Amino acid sequence: MTGRPSRTERADLTADPHLTAGAEPNLTARAEPSPTPDADHSPTDPIDLAADPAAAAALSELLLALADDDLVIGFSDSEWTGIAPLLEEDVAMSSLAQDEIGHARALYELLAALIGSDADRLAYDRPPEAYRHARLLDHARGDWATAIARRYLFDTAKTVRLEALLGSSHRPLAELVAKIRREEVYHLLHVETWLERLARAPGEARTRLLAALAMLGPDASSVLAPFDVEPILRSSGILPASSASLLDAWHARVGATFARLDLPPLPATVPDPVRARHEHGEPFRWLWAEFTSVRQLDPTATW
Amino acid sequence: MSIPSGRTEADVRSALAAITDPELPFLSIVDLGIVGGLEVRPGSIRVELLPTFVGCPALELIRSTVAARLTELAPHAEIRVVVSFAPPWTSDRISDEGRRQLQLHGFAPPERVGQDGSSVVGPSFGSAIGGGPGPIALMRRVPCPHCGSRRTELENVFGSTLCRAIHHCSDCHQPFEQFKPI
Repeated sequence: MTGRPSRTERADLTADPHLTAGAEPNLTARAEPSPTPDADHSPTDPIDLAADPAAAAALSELLLALADDDLVIGFSDSEWTGIAPLLEEDVAMSSLAQDEIGHARALYELLAALIGSDADRLAYDRPPEAYRHARLLDHARGDWATAIARRYLFDTAKTVRLEALLGSSHRPLAELVAKIRREEVYHLLHVETWLERLARAPGEARTRLLAALAMLGPDASSVLAPFDVEPILRSSGILPASSASLLDAWHARVGATFARLDLPPLPATVPDPVRARHEHGEPFRWLWAEFTSVRQLDPTATW
Repeated sequence: MSIPSGRTEADVRSALAAITDPELPFLSIVDLGIVGGLEVRPGSIRVELLPTFVGCPALELIRSTVAARLTELAPHAEIRVVVSFAPPWTSDRISDEGRRQLQLHGFAPPERVGQDGSSVVGPSFGSAIGGGPGPIALMRRVPCPHCGSRRTELENVFGSTLCRAIHHCSDCHQPFEQFKPI
């Protein structure tokens, strides 16, 4: 999977002074894909980023995508505070949101250390088109079934990706992932319980879940879409398994759960890298305006 | 051990032991187990803090409190307080005294998760549905910190802070919080 975007979407990223200040990895100068991405690399060898600017640039794109995913799902979850169907779910969704935004912050901090910025600037000072979250997260809040379907599809894919990144050659990322993975156990326990509850319920709950899965299903694979810098991520050992193999593993595991719950299988969409992470619609623009609104009141304020 | 400003490593450790978690103000950060590596050298002190949860909002407050206390203790030393995820904090790092304090203040302490965390990290998803092996520690009945009954139920794996789960006791009819096993 080379998966290079057909359009020059990365212009947004390089044009943003917050992303290119400091260490200035040249995000447009890419090494050609290595013909043997797996050659001579043990995933436990720490990578020397100073000696490999192409790998540093690829890593910064990966970190941005991972952080943006968690930031956007976190703020989407926070939309349920106060209006979830049960009081316990007000608490749960608020807690999940706090966890996800915390994961995003830690990932932005890794990125900030790499390119010379800070987490808040990365999270809040970009225009909406410069975000790199997966298209699955680009739908309006919808009903409770939509929220559960989105969380389930995202969190299962995130878990598959975290398991792979435990062996990343970028040690700070592997260490952070080991910590995040423990927290994800609780997220999965929560969302799997809800998925089962809705799927096995008679009547409207199941009907709504089916409608939500039909709407989100075609975008579900966007979370594990190949990165446009995938060949470098693979050859440098930053991403120890290909996105294609992670997508297969995710389909197998989600497929087994869906079969048990008599849910229709997800479409076997092959995600397009550009569409997966570079195109954002109106629902995200609305959410972006919400989550950046306080920051925009006074970007220099300290809290 | 080397001595910055006439202070010993033991002085540094007692200063740290006097700092409490702002969300659990009866619990020392040393008993909570979030103090990782500690280096006391001539002219410098370096402390690693291991976050309980990645998104813990109390961490920055703890970090600045530690920096301020150590600056008071050794005004001429270079103080560095850094956040680290290596090793990852797990609830097994809470000391016996920490567990006693939790119990005393109405919190059920976390069950032991084992060195590799396998009873919490466990098998990946697919476990909660279909009766497969799940995160075992979450499924146990947690003894009620008020009356000791084991007739309790997990109400919510999420609570008022990231590190708490909510249970209910069927005997004394009290809800109670547990420090999550993680």
